[in-house]
Amino acid sequence: MYEEEFRKIDAELQKLHQQSNAKVVFLVDKNGQLIASAGETHDIDTTSLASLTAGNIAATGGIARLLGEKEFTILFHEGEKDNIHISLIGQRIILVVIFDSRSSLGLVRLRVKKTSDAIGKIFDEITQKVEKDKGEGKLEESIFAEISDEDIDNLFR
Amino acid sequence: MSFINYSSREINCKIVYYGPGLCGKTTNLQYIYRRTNPEQKGKLISLATETERTLFFDFLPLSLGDIKGFKVRFHLYTVPGQVFYAASRKLILKGVDGVVFVADSQLERMESNMESLEDLKINLAEQGYELEKLPYTIQYNKRDLPNVVPVEEMDKLLNIRRVPWFEGVAVTGKGVFETLKAVARQVLFELKKHC
Repeated sequence: MYEEEFRKIDAELQKLHQQSNAKVVFLVDKNGQLIASAGETHDIDTTSLASLTAGNIAATGGIARLLGEKEFTILFHEGEKDNIHISLIGQRIILVVIFDSRSSLGLVRLRVKKTSDAIGKIFDEITQKVEKDKGEGKLEESIFAEISDEDIDNLFR
Repeated sequence: MSFINYSSREINCKIVYYGPGLCGKTTNLQYIYRRTNPEQKGKLISLATETERTLFFDFLPLSLGDIKGFKVRFHLYTVPGQVFYAASRKLILKGVDGVVFVADSQLERMESNMESLEDLKINLAEQGYELEKLPYTIQYNKRDLPNVVPVEEMDKLLNIRRVPWFEGVAVTGKGVFETLKAVARQVLFELKKHC
């Protein structure tokens, strides 16, 4: 993930957070890793939430295929106070919006649609950039080239 | 695929514990959870039935330290071992970086071990992976029980690829961290290869 694109994604999430009156907004990849978030995240275990969301999307995707659908792109769970809106962007990224009575499902759906388009474009840019850098052999003369046994032993001390 | 975030300087790797029902996958995670410092771990999430059989997965995020200024985080998952949860098992292998196969050492579970290993290969293939190429470790668990098969025999049967293996007694923690470390080492060295 490039710094510049990361900032653009972050800005999109901040905008969505404000315009949809949401409590928390976050972006997860399909493998359950948190990419970015906006809003009141401090009381929330975002790592677990990311993993469970991805599990949820994976399970729903499994059901979809059993029924001959490609994917169900939107999931919505309604709670007593909080609601959660989960949507897939371009088959690879999951956008999650948590909101309460200060907002509404209609508003969230509307704003999510706009943000999805914008974030989809940013990810296309990232893909293009990676391809270009690969072509030019510019990709990360990486720090990982020097990982040693000792580094790994240190992790497990 | 490990997710490297250059802006927050984090590497996230996904490790999946696979194996037949009741072989001790969840027990491995529970032991790791008990023995790591609070600041290094997140919540251990278990999606289990009322009888504590894994229904979908267990999940434990571990943040063990830094390598070259990057925070290394391992996301440990288990699959539900029971045969009829095949569809769920497949989903959990998505994006996997390393696999631990936990084998049950009891004589009467040998067939289940082999079935589960076969199931692992098929499910990995469906996600576009090959077991032969993934970071991979085997744990021969439940070595404390009376009716166990000798390790050499199990190794012949299950370890075709000759990967690192460990004897384990997951309830007491024997072999648990050794197994994790072995697979983590392979996962991190895999990053190196792709540089």
